[in-house]
Amino acid sequence: MLLRSILARLLTTAVTLFGVAVVVFTLIRVAPGNPIAMMLPPGASEEDIAQLTALYGFDKSLPHQFVIWLGGVLQGDFGTSITLRQPVDQLVLSRLPATLELSVMALLIALALGGGAAVLGARFRGSPTETGLDLASGAVLSVPDFLWGLLFVLCFGVLWPVLSISGRIDPGLEFDFTTRFYVIEGLMRGRLDVVASTLSHMLMPAMSLALPLAAMVAQLLKQNLKEVLVQDYTTLSRVHGFSETAVILRDALRNAALPTLTLVGVQFTFLIGGTVIVERLFAYEGLGNMAIDAVINRDLPLIQGIVLLFAALFIVINLLVDLSYTLLNPRLRHG
Amino acid sequence: MAETSLPTAPRARVRRLNLRLWLPLSWIGTLVVVALAAPWVAPHDPLAQDLFFERLPPFFLAGTEPGFWLGTDSLGRDVLSRMIHGARIALLVSVSAALITCIFGSALGLLAGYYGGWWDRVISRLVDIWMAFPPVLFAVLLVAVMGTGLTSVIAAIALIDWTRFARVIRAETMVQARMDYVDSARIGGARRLATLVGEILPNVLPSIIALLMLEMGIAVIVEAILSFVNLSISSDDPTWGSMIAEGRNAIHFAWWVLLFPLIALFLTVLSFSQLGEGLKQRFDPVLQ
Repeated sequence: MLLRSILARLLTTAVTLFGVAVVVFTLIRVAPGNPIAMMLPPGASEEDIAQLTALYGFDKSLPHQFVIWLGGVLQGDFGTSITLRQPVDQLVLSRLPATLELSVMALLIALALGGGAAVLGARFRGSPTETGLDLASGAVLSVPDFLWGLLFVLCFGVLWPVLSISGRIDPGLEFDFTTRFYVIEGLMRGRLDVVASTLSHMLMPAMSLALPLAAMVAQLLKQNLKEVLVQDYTTLSRVHGFSETAVILRDALRNAALPTLTLVGVQFTFLIGGTVIVERLFAYEGLGNMAIDAVINRDLPLIQGIVLLFAALFIVINLLVDLSYTLLNPRLRHG
Repeated sequence: MAETSLPTAPRARVRRLNLRLWLPLSWIGTLVVVALAAPWVAPHDPLAQDLFFERLPPFFLAGTEPGFWLGTDSLGRDVLSRMIHGARIALLVSVSAALITCIFGSALGLLAGYYGGWWDRVISRLVDIWMAFPPVLFAVLLVAVMGTGLTSVIAAIALIDWTRFARVIRAETMVQARMDYVDSARIGGARRLATLVGEILPNVLPSIIALLMLEMGIAVIVEAILSFVNLSISSDDPTWGSMIAEGRNAIHFAWWVLLFPLIALFLTVLSFSQLGEGLKQRFDPVLQ
């Protein structure tokens, strides 16, 4: 039963991936501009054009072209960036760590802020504190990351300039990175100045991405905590002499967390999607910023590579969330 | 279903809901009036450049010039006038894009939720595929493919956000379809499509309206984002997004160019989402 549902889930994932490939291929082919002409330097001969056309299969029928293209993609051949003249897979992989570090940092902030607000609201349920937190989370929730980012730029970049509003790290820092995971590598090599500089650059974009999710976590987790806090076993803990805060942290949190974890899993992909514009806003050198440059410069191979990478990332995250939910939920596990 | 609710619904609750409706309504009403009357309300031509008056600060700072209440940008254009004209584009995009998205997405959601089977399988798979794209990147890409311009922006929003309606309305339709009133309508001889439109649709309408309001707010933001990356309508035309892009570039010299359109966006997005919640509670037969 469990195995069958996992297999069915894997099958639909494969169908989704294939659909994504079809959509990306169609969009790239519909895009105005002759891709061959863009790949060649100006003044290329007719012969060169014919040769490249044949090489990329542009003289074949569309379904045939799709098969050739998909074959290349499956073998990791994403082509060469037109503007940057480097293999797309290298470019994309060099930017991925920046986006991943930003997304994970935003996720941690969202969990900390949202979890804290939920515990506070549940602890002081029925009081003005809870009403205030509800109002705040409702307002925070309806404002998207883009606006939070702009507000932070204005407040902490200009009016009270305490943080840098562009880049990923202080350009004056001397440090030879072997990987692109600045925070992780800085930590492992004991260079706290590098870590501090990267984190301070990440703080505002990460907060912008985190706030809407934090509000969602605060609302859902508080609701679930309140439901758990009227159950008998929490009353028993109170009878044993544990304080209300201890009851929430010791007993209630563990039992109320599952719906929140599912929500966070699903929302994490939305958060990663938000990095595209937030990175642009903070001139943060990640995938999203590169993607917008690629679209503006009509660098089709690069756009295609980035979109496919994002899509694969989202699909894998959703799959993992689904599978872990199946494994964590006792009703489904023994069903 | 409305008859089942108790007549002694708490009055305080109704009062609070009204405030929740009226505050956002008054902001959006103001926007509509200002947008319609823009040529008469705006103190200056939104496109007129005046290099003698560049980067004038707003009225509450020193060094301001009378008549330029919210200051001027790097080309000496009046910020207030540009915001007033920008409200036109913001509202135009928000209403038209949200309506198209809503009709398209809700129809698919209703069909998938009620007919099930292949309808559901195909539509749900399409939703899955669509959700695998980062929405902002998808929007930027679509506009790049279709060419910049107002119609492209509206089409891009509809092509991306229909999934929000389809997902929610599909789930709600599935719940409604299992209810007794649907069976009794069918036994009474109603056809399937007539049942869907006549019986189920009115019951999912509160959710559709709430989502529609939410979508209007989202559409304003998407337009601003596309203007911000210079992919909406021509960059000379006054939109809140293009003002924000300018403000971001000139942030160290003229931060007010960013501040005022940002406040307008905040208020608009908050108003639409509050309005959606308020309307949903007001028209929900179960909550009433």
